[in-house]
Amino acid sequence: MISRIYVTPKGKANFINSYLISHKFASDQRDKILKIAKALTNPILEEFFINKFPKTKKFTYVIEIGFKPGVTDNVGHTVEETIIDLLGVVGCPTPDNIAVYTSKIFLVSNSKLEEVKKIALSLHNPLIERSYVASFAEIKKNGLPLKVPKVILKKAIPVINVSLNVSDEELKKIGKEGIMDETNIRRGPLALDLTSMKVIQEHFKKFKRDPTDIELESLAQTWSEHCKHTIFANPIDDIKDGLYKTYIKSATNLIRKNKGKNDFCISVFSDNSGGIIFDKDYLITHKVETHNSPSALDPFGGAITGIVGVNRDTIGFGLGAKPVANVYGFCFGNPEDKSLLFRDKNLTQKMLSPKRIMEGVVKGINVGGNCSGIPTLSGFVHYDDRYRGKPLVFAGTVGLIPRKIQGKLSHKKQAQVGDYIVVVGGRVGLDGIHGATFSSVVMDSSSPATAVQISDPITQKKLSDAIIKEARYMNLYNSITDNGAGGISCSVAEMAKECGGAKVFLEKVPLKYLSLRPWEIWISESQERMTLSVPKKKWSTFKKLMEKRGVEATVIGEFTNSKKCIVEYSGKKIMDIDMEFLHEGLPKQHLITSSVIYKNIEPILEIKKSFTAILEKLLSNKNLSGFSFISEQYDHEVQGSSVLKPLSGRGRINTDAQVFQPVLNSNKGVILSSSTYPSYGDISTYHMASCAIDTAIRNTVCSGGTLSHLAILDNFCWCSSNDPKRLAQLVDSVKACYEYAVGFGTPFISGKDSMFNDFKGYDEKGEPMAVSIPPTLLISAISVMPDLNKTVSPEFKKIGDIIYLLGETNDELGGGEYYKTLGVVGSNVPKVDLKKNIKTYRALEKAIQKELIASAISVNSGGLAIALAKACVGGMVGCNVSLKSQIAPKALSVEVKLFSESQGRILVSVSHQNVAKFEQITATLPRVTLGKVIKDGKFIITNGKNKVVETNIKKLYDAYHKFSNSQK
Amino acid sequence: MKKPKIIIISGYGLNCEEETKFAFELAGGIANIVHINDLIKKPKMLKEYQILVFPGGFSYGDDTGSGKAYANKFKNHLAKELTEFLSRNTLTIGICNGFQIITNLGILPGGLTYNKNGKYIDRWVDLEAKGNSPWLKGIKKISLPIAHGEGHYVISKKEYKKMRKNKEIAFVYTNGEICKFQNLEKNPNGSEYDIAGVLAYNGRVLGMMPHPERAMFSHQSPIWQMDKNVQKEGVGLQIFKNAINYFLNS
Repeated sequence: MISRIYVTPKGKANFINSYLISHKFASDQRDKILKIAKALTNPILEEFFINKFPKTKKFTYVIEIGFKPGVTDNVGHTVEETIIDLLGVVGCPTPDNIAVYTSKIFLVSNSKLEEVKKIALSLHNPLIERSYVASFAEIKKNGLPLKVPKVILKKAIPVINVSLNVSDEELKKIGKEGIMDETNIRRGPLALDLTSMKVIQEHFKKFKRDPTDIELESLAQTWSEHCKHTIFANPIDDIKDGLYKTYIKSATNLIRKNKGKNDFCISVFSDNSGGIIFDKDYLITHKVETHNSPSALDPFGGAITGIVGVNRDTIGFGLGAKPVANVYGFCFGNPEDKSLLFRDKNLTQKMLSPKRIMEGVVKGINVGGNCSGIPTLSGFVHYDDRYRGKPLVFAGTVGLIPRKIQGKLSHKKQAQVGDYIVVVGGRVGLDGIHGATFSSVVMDSSSPATAVQISDPITQKKLSDAIIKEARYMNLYNSITDNGAGGISCSVAEMAKECGGAKVFLEKVPLKYLSLRPWEIWISESQERMTLSVPKKKWSTFKKLMEKRGVEATVIGEFTNSKKCIVEYSGKKIMDIDMEFLHEGLPKQHLITSSVIYKNIEPILEIKKSFTAILEKLLSNKNLSGFSFISEQYDHEVQGSSVLKPLSGRGRINTDAQVFQPVLNSNKGVILSSSTYPSYGDISTYHMASCAIDTAIRNTVCSGGTLSHLAILDNFCWCSSNDPKRLAQLVDSVKACYEYAVGFGTPFISGKDSMFNDFKGYDEKGEPMAVSIPPTLLISAISVMPDLNKTVSPEFKKIGDIIYLLGETNDELGGGEYYKTLGVVGSNVPKVDLKKNIKTYRALEKAIQKELIASAISVNSGGLAIALAKACVGGMVGCNVSLKSQIAPKALSVEVKLFSESQGRILVSVSHQNVAKFEQITATLPRVTLGKVIKDGKFIITNGKNKVVETNIKKLYDAYHKFSNSQK
Repeated sequence: MKKPKIIIISGYGLNCEEETKFAFELAGGIANIVHINDLIKKPKMLKEYQILVFPGGFSYGDDTGSGKAYANKFKNHLAKELTEFLSRNTLTIGICNGFQIITNLGILPGGLTYNKNGKYIDRWVDLEAKGNSPWLKGIKKISLPIAHGEGHYVISKKEYKKMRKNKEIAFVYTNGEICKFQNLEKNPNGSEYDIAGVLAYNGRVLGMMPHPERAMFSHQSPIWQMDKNVQKEGVGLQIFKNAINYFLNS
């Protein structure tokens, strides 16, 4: 029995919520539907209509937008729970028991059907949503149809054997396009190359049998670039242990050795997040993920899944850490870009525009963070046409966990032989199949739509609370991990390492709908699930607790020491693979690089007298200006921990670092920052990396961070990583990571890579085209400060305060924002002087500890002029500064003084009573007194006698907020 | 009189319970966080408490309208106990999502819908205390943060007049130091009559969109950076102290 309830805002609505309810009520259906309708309506704001189209304003057509079958419908789930609670319906919400399908109905008064269809397209994403257009006449006659978008899967053979006794051609095909179904359709990428396929072929020859589909799919997941990070693991040129071991891990090891008893790393690289000491009672964890490919197809779903997913990397740290802050980073194409891209030659699969992608991604992080009660604190957004084909979406989470729980060290965990394998949280559907393998390949027309998922933050919130607020303290499980890429196929196989094997009974896994095939159940990435190892004798207590919290928990198997990963499906063994082969069988490949020659040269600049116009233009450049339209729609104050906010000062400028108080009765603060310089990579990926590290550290120290208690994270987003030139650029940047992490004594504690951010498709004319992102390295920093009351914000504070520049300026405009406005790249990319910068940062730290600093802002993209402008806009005060006596090894042009992006520089302001003490502490540093903070909002920069910039704070304020305001 | 006991309801996406507990304890109370399912199991529990708190959060993800689904669940199982609790000389507060929940429960007038620009917003606001309530003792003007997508308060003219007469308008948005400092409009969400919080049951029940528990410390204020030499305590704490003192001094 199907009924439709319409709920509209009171009065003449132009917008309707619709709930299709499918359930066979035992008795008096009408009365029960009426009860439900009342529960769905706030009588003060809304009214409802049952199976009858509401009274509305005039319209010609209606557009109904709902989800496609099987796509997560969160509102639907809530209504199902409401009904079950209200009417005491028994059993779980499944399509065959009770199901609610929601949709939104828009009224349009446009007479042309063609245009209405256009509007419909602008209102939904065909990949996950359906639209239905109906005329006034049709609606008047019989309203909207009572048809539910139920998933119907035709019965398929549960398991097929895949013969590898085939030509190399066929092996290649299986690897690239997937296993051939009984219906002669390929199932989608395994992302296994010929070498890997041949190894698998050999392996099964030994056992004189063909692999089953689930065995192949499972190997593909575990061996995927996404899971095994082959490019960082494989030998490359003469680096036999690979980049990760040789440069990232060994940097951390060396730093920890050097720090001796001051080493603050507790759990690095081994767990879902990296964990460092916060104080004697707590650890703080950090992890940053990317979710690029899904976000290109479904920006909202991709982004929300990214953030809610990385939350589970926190909940999955040790015995379960509590998420205390979210971070984000976006690299988008230019939203003004209207050009069309298609994934297929017939121009049927259209890529979303950069603007649609931006809006969807921003919303996804909004809903994911806000609904979960985790402050979304720290972030950046960057625009470049080269992100048109694939946006980059970074999502990270900081966690907090007591160092000891029930007397046990909280970061240690081990599944025990005989423990139950328990899955908690959401049910399994077709969503997110081949996510891991998909993100390991170039995106083209074969990219599977099922790789897209939508998260349900509330289901996860219930799970998260039950684990970290209760189960964690009751000592009910020995190990826990996240279900992310590869679903249970990866999480179970990973945990099985801890004890030596696993046996799974796949039919026990709770499903969203029937007839899923075993291989689909095994690798599905349906969200909000964690896997735990629960001792048999604790199972009943654990299950009771989860039930009380409305969380589904199911035993799906047992951890063993059989050295095998065995999967059964209703009594039949369908997977039997040695742990050894599963985890170590992946053949090593020796990667080769070939060095890149950069041809960019320095331009000859025409002599200019005034730079006022250029500065105002630069400040309104969306890569330098504010993004309050993002910051203010993210709740950054929940948990009551906010200290230095994303927006600061009278002029609400975006801060480069943020400070928060994770433990409310401790004065210790945690500082977060990040940095990336993709355009420096056009000149040198080595310096791109060193500058990102220096900037992330500098930002952190500027607001009160401690250089000796500061850790960093790496996120490499690369392109066409099978191209030796790209690999050469990768090696350069990784070498810089080693060099500068060791130099600063700031260990890497966690990292992630995404190596194939390329798009291959067609332009509007059907011409083949390809676009790859610029190699992008994001460095995130996390530091602990002893007393958060000493936090320093970036904006100028008081009239008369003295303005200083710390650090040396060099002719380094290359790859910078000023050159970009001239349409050139240049060759003088900024370089980092370790010794000098460390000295500067230590002195600044000391000055901040002595509370001598009124404001400190890190000089980054756009150089000194932009830093000055931001500090003034932030304080809504003017300044009068002179460039005359700038510390520099050689004479500099005005351009360079204003816009050079030389690293290691900090712009500080100091009030009169502190000048003497401040100058004493910074006496031996490269330091100049630039001028003063002045009243009546004048902004003046002189070079000798000439005023090179003369404007006012009002103009700068408008320029700084121009783009952001245009997005509100 | 001994310290009052505070019950803070949690579960299904409510998420401000921990900092709210911290605020009540800082103010001198004894606060317990109780999952709604545990309360449904032992409804009599409510008798042991003097202060009932619906904290902020995102119960059921605001699906079908903020606070609606959670209020339904509460009504279905705890209607009787709630009436009993309110009939005693007790205090109740709903903050943000908690406010949305208790308007849906019908113990406060009016309703809350989407912000006028349709966007979720996190900022600070200035408030003027108008109502007559133990919660508001000694508070005239106060600046607190908001963070919501559905804070637009809706009320009929007739009811508004009645409430104003009975001093049941707790807070209205006003132009104060925050709006001046960051040049912001006073009413962030289009609330009718600039209403930010309302009262019922002779001022014993307070619902408000702003978050006093996010203003426990002075360093949480955007203005703090201008002058850090102020007392550590934040202005928001007064609301929690008032609730505690209501019982200590009676």
